[in-house]
Amino acid sequence: MADAVFSVSFAGPLVTFQDAGRLGHMRFGVAASGPMDRLAFDGAHAALGNGAGQTAIEVSLGGLVMECTSGAVTLAITGGDFGVEHAGRKTKSPTILTIEKGERLAIRAGQSGSWAYLAFAGQVRLHDWLGSQSTHSTSGFGGGALQAGQVVTIKDAVTRQDREGEIPLADFNSDGAIRVVMGPQDQHFGSQVLDRFVSDPFKVTDAYDRMGMRLNGPSFKPDGALSIPSEPIVRGSVQVSGDGVPTVLLADHQTTGGYPKIATVISCDTDRLAQMRAGQIVRFVSVTAQDAVDATRLYQAEKSEYLDAISVARGTLEQRLMRENLIQGAIED
Amino acid sequence: MGVCRRTAFKSPASCRKIVKVEPSFKPVADHAVLVTFADTISAEAHETVLALDKALSVNPIKGVIETVPALVNILVSFDPIVTDHVQVQSGVKDLLKALVVQKQSGAARRVQVCYDPPFAPDLDVVAQATGLSSDAVINAHLSGEYDVLMYGFAPGYAYLSGVLASIQVPRKPTPVRDVAAGSVIIAGPQCLVTTLNMPTGWSIIGRSPTKVLTGDPDAPFFFDVGDRVTFQRIDRSTFDQAQKDAAHG
Repeated sequence: MADAVFSVSFAGPLVTFQDAGRLGHMRFGVAASGPMDRLAFDGAHAALGNGAGQTAIEVSLGGLVMECTSGAVTLAITGGDFGVEHAGRKTKSPTILTIEKGERLAIRAGQSGSWAYLAFAGQVRLHDWLGSQSTHSTSGFGGGALQAGQVVTIKDAVTRQDREGEIPLADFNSDGAIRVVMGPQDQHFGSQVLDRFVSDPFKVTDAYDRMGMRLNGPSFKPDGALSIPSEPIVRGSVQVSGDGVPTVLLADHQTTGGYPKIATVISCDTDRLAQMRAGQIVRFVSVTAQDAVDATRLYQAEKSEYLDAISVARGTLEQRLMRENLIQGAIED
Repeated sequence: MGVCRRTAFKSPASCRKIVKVEPSFKPVADHAVLVTFADTISAEAHETVLALDKALSVNPIKGVIETVPALVNILVSFDPIVTDHVQVQSGVKDLLKALVVQKQSGAARRVQVCYDPPFAPDLDVVAQATGLSSDAVINAHLSGEYDVLMYGFAPGYAYLSGVLASIQVPRKPTPVRDVAAGSVIIAGPQCLVTTLNMPTGWSIIGRSPTKVLTGDPDAPFFFDVGDRVTFQRIDRSTFDQAQKDAAHG
């Protein structure tokens, strides 16, 4: 199979290569990184029929423009509501299309959402770090941030006309307050402050990157001194700094820190939180630890059902007719 | 290894069984438990953290993905599809019953440092603040024995404790930008060899050619938490040679 080659004409800040993440190195100061919106990332690969966790490009609000300089490949664009321009034709995410030599692809932020994913029917040729191509944005380790002029090579690129077109959106866990389990350092806050954390609205600020999202709202000054011993941090930790401002730590979070964590966003709600934009309102709701586990189990079941559903190739018209005939003849697939 | 045997001849002084204090268990979202042994930093709490960390690696609890040891607590992170907080907490409690806490069980590591200009921009400042000569600051730094307490902040940032009281200085009021990777920096009782070009408010007293991020896929990090570290002084030409060797190695 041949390679498809792209030349990057423009890449906004924080447009990076990401795979499923670099797990198991938190004890050495290394966050898992990986996609900010794991559902959208997994969706892009499922819709292409790819193996899970392959490397894709995470596109920020800054956008990405590339030209295919050799070969051809089918690609998926998922995530927030991003505009897609391909060879002069305008469409939007989530979608699958095939690009050929000489054609241009532009992905730009649309009405909502902060991150889009560009996945290929083929393998991105890249260096890895600690067994993963995910980019850790503060160090640049891993696949790295895309730069204008860079050449991106897709190995074993294939075209899959039978998968082109719109991808159905996920219709589960798409709205409502962001669920948190209070703590683990909620003891540093008064009960009134804790109540306000789950009753008052917060606004997402533009101090938002892959490390974390700073929120604007009521001040959450902890009681007493802030000098607690440095403690482990996870994706979703809501840390309150000395000025009382909460920050939700995300994919490229630092692994330990000395600010108290008032609450922790549960894993199945970090994706939709990450898709919020500056100015949007966030509300938190407190759930018990067991409710959080149950919510994640339900979410994972719904997610795999969704991924299974979108991973079926819709087929060309001819194939679809064939399939109808075969099904009527009671022959599976 | 790690097991204390009582014999008629020798009482194992280096082996102590602690768990005088019941740790606190706090759920962290849907996927971790934070096990905390003390509110303030103490050698005893940290030794208990390291002992539990080791016990968890020798006798893994079903569904546990990774553990992150810190100063007074350890994060036990799990797959919520496989297990939950209650089961992980009960597994940790079982391990604590038989926990043997040993002092300084880690490996000994040596880190080379060049204290020559321009690698030590804050050496004179530290000397002035502590009333010592620059050479005395260097000698104090070299005579310290350091423990790797934990990693944090950024990949490979290993926090070492053990800076002698005579050269302890507070953080600067504002961080300095673009401090080179490999810088040896101190603040209070802590010392760190940086791995990235990053801002820091700590005092920069030297530069090391020893790579904490080794680039070796089989042993990618130079330190394990719990290792003991000593520093060895090198001159500029040794530093340059070590850098050259690392680049070609």
